[in-house]
Amino acid sequence: MDILFSNVKELVAVAEKEQQPISEIMIRQEMLLTRRSREEIVAQMENNLAVMESSVEEGLKGVHSPSGLTGGDAVLIQNYMKTGKSLSGELLLDAVSKAVATNEVNAAMGLICATPTAGAAGIVPGTLFAVKNKLNPTHEQMVNYLFTTGAFGFIVANNASISGAAGGCQAETGSAASMAAAAIVEMAGGTPQQSAEAFSIVMKNMLGLVCDPVAGLVEVPCVKRNAMGAAKALVGADMALAGVVSIIPTDEVIEAMHKIGQSMPSALRETAKGGLAATPTGKALEAKIFGKDKESRDTVTK
Amino acid sequence: MKFRSVFEIIGPVMIGPSSSHTAGAARIGLVARDLFGRQPEWATIHLYGSFAETYKGHGTDVAIIGGLLGYDTFDERIRTAFEDAEKLGMTFEFIAEEEEMDHPNTAKLVIGDKQGVMELIGISIGGGTMEVIELNGFPLRLSGHFPALLVVHDDRAGVIANVSNAIAAQDMNIAHMEVGRKEKGKMALMVIEVDQVVNDALIEELRALPNVTQVSTLAN
Repeated sequence: MDILFSNVKELVAVAEKEQQPISEIMIRQEMLLTRRSREEIVAQMENNLAVMESSVEEGLKGVHSPSGLTGGDAVLIQNYMKTGKSLSGELLLDAVSKAVATNEVNAAMGLICATPTAGAAGIVPGTLFAVKNKLNPTHEQMVNYLFTTGAFGFIVANNASISGAAGGCQAETGSAASMAAAAIVEMAGGTPQQSAEAFSIVMKNMLGLVCDPVAGLVEVPCVKRNAMGAAKALVGADMALAGVVSIIPTDEVIEAMHKIGQSMPSALRETAKGGLAATPTGKALEAKIFGKDKESRDTVTK
Repeated sequence: MKFRSVFEIIGPVMIGPSSSHTAGAARIGLVARDLFGRQPEWATIHLYGSFAETYKGHGTDVAIIGGLLGYDTFDERIRTAFEDAEKLGMTFEFIAEEEEMDHPNTAKLVIGDKQGVMELIGISIGGGTMEVIELNGFPLRLSGHFPALLVVHDDRAGVIANVSNAIAAQDMNIAHMEVGRKEKGKMALMVIEVDQVVNDALIEELRALPNVTQVSTLAN
């Protein structure tokens, strides 16, 4: 079967040879692999973009999860930005708040677009809708942002993992942040190779991140990891645009992430048995949330 | 290649909170319903690994039931799937198993009604993507990305050729195919993923072939 790329080296090589952005290579590969038309593919991505935008808007109104563990932080950060006293800067905090907004909607069982997973769904839209205010992209460039994140995510998913249960949170928020960094670079006018450098720089700094959801819920620490993932994506993109390169090639970074994930004990892979989930407070919260009606939810036989 | 489409990475559009535990689980339920071919009256769902540990917090249980009711990953009715099932008179039970399976997110669905019972094992491999790895005791790999044909037949020479000829005559292309049998010369199962939607005429044609006992389809 025809395939344009299966790793980052091939992706960058094709983009450079054809003098096309990574997003365009992803669209063409999608046409090859799924035999769908460009129009269908672009329309589906436009729909995903619309869902992301409405999740951000919903979250910025202030939503709360049924468990009560998360909600309302996106609003707090937006209000803080308005005071003009922020240390890390408006754009970065805007991305952080919008990542939090999306993930708070996710925790509340709202409608979101997984990027690449639901647990990490805040980072790609959070960075996109923050960078939008700075770079004034066209609608097409915003859709292309998603294709570029998808190209890198496709490679990670096929060569490593994007599931917290398989590879820890480095595979989820780590992948999302690295994917977003690569797409920010493209939108800001960087080269395909600079996208790859941004991806590597961010992924290297998410390595080893465990998946330890308190009470097994996609809330603590997931929402705040989306916030920090968005921040790392922006910083990583800036570093690559400044000309900083990764000494370890991107595909080797991805392979390292995969091997780290495989060697993680299962307690740290989404089982809610280790890390923050196993702290005294984490366990107390689990008992409080599920202790009382545990049995009644197991069986319904009426 | 486990993942073929960019929309498995950017997507699915879904009800939160977990793509592997909620969206992937809903799809396992939905595929089971499609293969069963009708609304089951009862379901016993065995959960393994991470599914068993965290299914309540992730809504894995409501998602699987939602899938068995025909709801897709983005259907907001997933939230009320338990109540909806009760209204329809479908009973269900969840059993958290301690046994270790190869994949951390594994579910075994036993569903049925007065006419029959079906058993399916599905795994949620991340990002909302799932695979069926066993159907009624037959090991197989069914991604759910393509329309698929399931042909139960007697293990005899020529059956596979007859089936594939009938498919080729419709100008259809086979994307993936597996044949399994429990015992030499006894019952066998062909799982054929194709690029185009399967029409009723082809199903009727396959049913009429010698040694074919049952044909069902799974639309993409």
